Amino acid sequence: MSHAPLAIPSSVDALQEAVGRQQYIAERALAVSIYLALRLKRPLFLEGEAGVGKTEVAKVLAAALDTSFIRLQCYEGLDVSQAVYEWNYPRQLLEIRMIETARDLDRAAVTHELFTETFLIKRPLLRAIEQTRQRAPVLLIDEIDRADEEFEGYLLEFLSDFQVTIPELGTIRAAEPPVVVITSNRTREVHDALKRRCVYSWIPYPDFDKEYRIVTAKVPGASERLARQVTAFVQDLRTADLYKAAGISETLDWAAALVALDRDVLDRHVIDETLGILLKNQEDIDAVRGERVGAMLARVLA
Amino acid sequence: MQLVPNLLLFGRVLRAAGVHVHRERMVDAIEATEWIGLGSRADLRATLSALLVHRYEDLPLFNDAFDLFFRAHGSSALDLPLFSLGERARILMRRNTGAPQRLDLESESAESAASAAFALGAYSTIEVSRTKDFSDFTAAELEAARRLMLRMQWQPGTRRTRRWQRASRGDIDMPRLLRTNLMRGGELIELPRRIRREAPRPIVMLADVSGSMDRYSRMLLAFASGLTRSARQVESFVFATRLTRVTRLVSAPTGYRVVSRMVRDLHDWGGGTRIGEALRTFNTTWARRVMRHGPVVIIVSDGWDRGDPLLLARELARLRRRCSRLMWLNPLLGSAGYEPLTRGMQAALAHIDDFMPAHNLRSIEDLATHLQRLGPGLKTRPSIDGNYRQT
Repeated sequence: MSHAPLAIPSSVDALQEAVGRQQYIAERALAVSIYLALRLKRPLFLEGEAGVGKTEVAKVLAAALDTSFIRLQCYEGLDVSQAVYEWNYPRQLLEIRMIETARDLDRAAVTHELFTETFLIKRPLLRAIEQTRQRAPVLLIDEIDRADEEFEGYLLEFLSDFQVTIPELGTIRAAEPPVVVITSNRTREVHDALKRRCVYSWIPYPDFDKEYRIVTAKVPGASERLARQVTAFVQDLRTADLYKAAGISETLDWAAALVALDRDVLDRHVIDETLGILLKNQEDIDAVRGERVGAMLARVLA
Repeated sequence: MQLVPNLLLFGRVLRAAGVHVHRERMVDAIEATEWIGLGSRADLRATLSALLVHRYEDLPLFNDAFDLFFRAHGSSALDLPLFSLGERARILMRRNTGAPQRLDLESESAESAASAAFALGAYSTIEVSRTKDFSDFTAAELEAARRLMLRMQWQPGTRRTRRWQRASRGDIDMPRLLRTNLMRGGELIELPRRIRREAPRPIVMLADVSGSMDRYSRMLLAFASGLTRSARQVESFVFATRLTRVTRLVSAPTGYRVVSRMVRDLHDWGGGTRIGEALRTFNTTWARRVMRHGPVVIIVSDGWDRGDPLLLARELARLRRRCSRLMWLNPLLGSAGYEPLTRGMQAALAHIDDFMPAHNLRSIEDLATHLQRLGPGLKTRPSIDGNYRQT
């Protein structure tokens, strides 16, 4: 297993080009942040509304850097056994049974055998550290705001020395720090101590030009006219006072759906029929269906 | 060009403007300029923003400071409008001072006289009746009751978290069982057990501060303040025509001035009430951020609503789906013969779990007891958007 270091793009432009090849359109400010995170070997902390493509950044980055991608999805109650490692105890029990039937039990030896890598379940953080022996992977810690504060504390420690200590095995260190991307939907404030270690970037909803470019890149079947109308409509819809605004993935799904329905232009009928792809909330759908869709459409077509 | 001194100066400007800039980050910023180069101002802005800012709220302030600083760049550093930048944070905190405030009955001098009196222990001798209506209180009684409320200890019940902790009862902790006993050769000597840990249940308080609530607002804000300071997870909002988050304000340690400062800051103090619209703002803008872990939501209002009762009902229904318990405190409920007949109250009644008075100290104590009795297993109602499961 030879160690091949990451090839970091030589400039912001090169980085923008590299992610562009993965069909990701990164604004200059975001590209600068990513580049700095790579150069300064700091975690990249991405905040923004749901559906602006935060998770995508990590995936694209892994592809652009030609390295593996490891994801840790956060949730309430996430603990070390789910994030770092866990002993596979059912298998350990089975092993004891097998040894018992096979030969006389040498207790000291058994204990030793039971706590080896064979019985270790490696979770994302541990895997990320191990991977660095070959090439530093991209480690995505997704939706950190869902995890509880205790986990944040652990993460703080993990990010400062990139090592994991397993009492039965010893300490495992990263050969080089993995590329860490942390995302947050801002459902709560993440502690400043954690954010301070990171390169911070706020990702806004894309403006018309950017979203149009994303639609044409990702939904090649859409005609130029349809792509323009879809983008303009979604942009308008985001200004409406709704519980949950449509994200980029909703725009893309909608454009793809319209293509599948062989539509080339928007009309009220088709919007009403497919609104469920853009808005995932019955109250929101009821609020815009009908009159307001008509008004928005009129603005789009104007 | 002297890059490093300029960057350090810019860091100081940011700090003066109220952006929290950590010292280590300045080192990063200086290192980063070597990678980024100084050719493009947009890149420099992105670089400094990514490294020196770590809060969304600080971004506008950063951008203003950046524009000012790097426009002035080139001229003498002494020409920099440092003072205007430094002032800005303070000015921002004080806007909304212009509007007339009905509740600000006590002038500054009366207020300082009152605090001087307290310092002499004057109020500690006053007996406050626990059953007297807040609206009948004298100024001295109000003050004494207010201090009492600030000191009240709240224990707002608990919720079961998803984290485990070791315990002497509960389920057997299998991973630990094997780890501890295998080390001793596989003989089961101990049976470690674990239970779900409990944490204080969060509270979200929405207080009506409109004109009709005038006589009670002061006391209820003291109540909010005491609650926020003694229980850990409390979010407070006030509304009349619009909704304002006051969590930070009411938890400020300078407890005495909290209420009057709030009075000054609230533009809409004493205006008409639009409860439905306030709740809608809450549901669309704030709920995602503050409605975590199945909170108890407490609305304090007399139900005099000038808005659309249908909207109120709809937003209440939505709010209720996302919390573990929805309480409505109505000061009028304490007066004999009160019937909740207002349109707003009528619309609300179908959607609330508890309808309680809040007009005297006894009723506030009852509320405290009630909150404490809410068990950890309280279920969050099924939510149509699936954001909240059992907590």
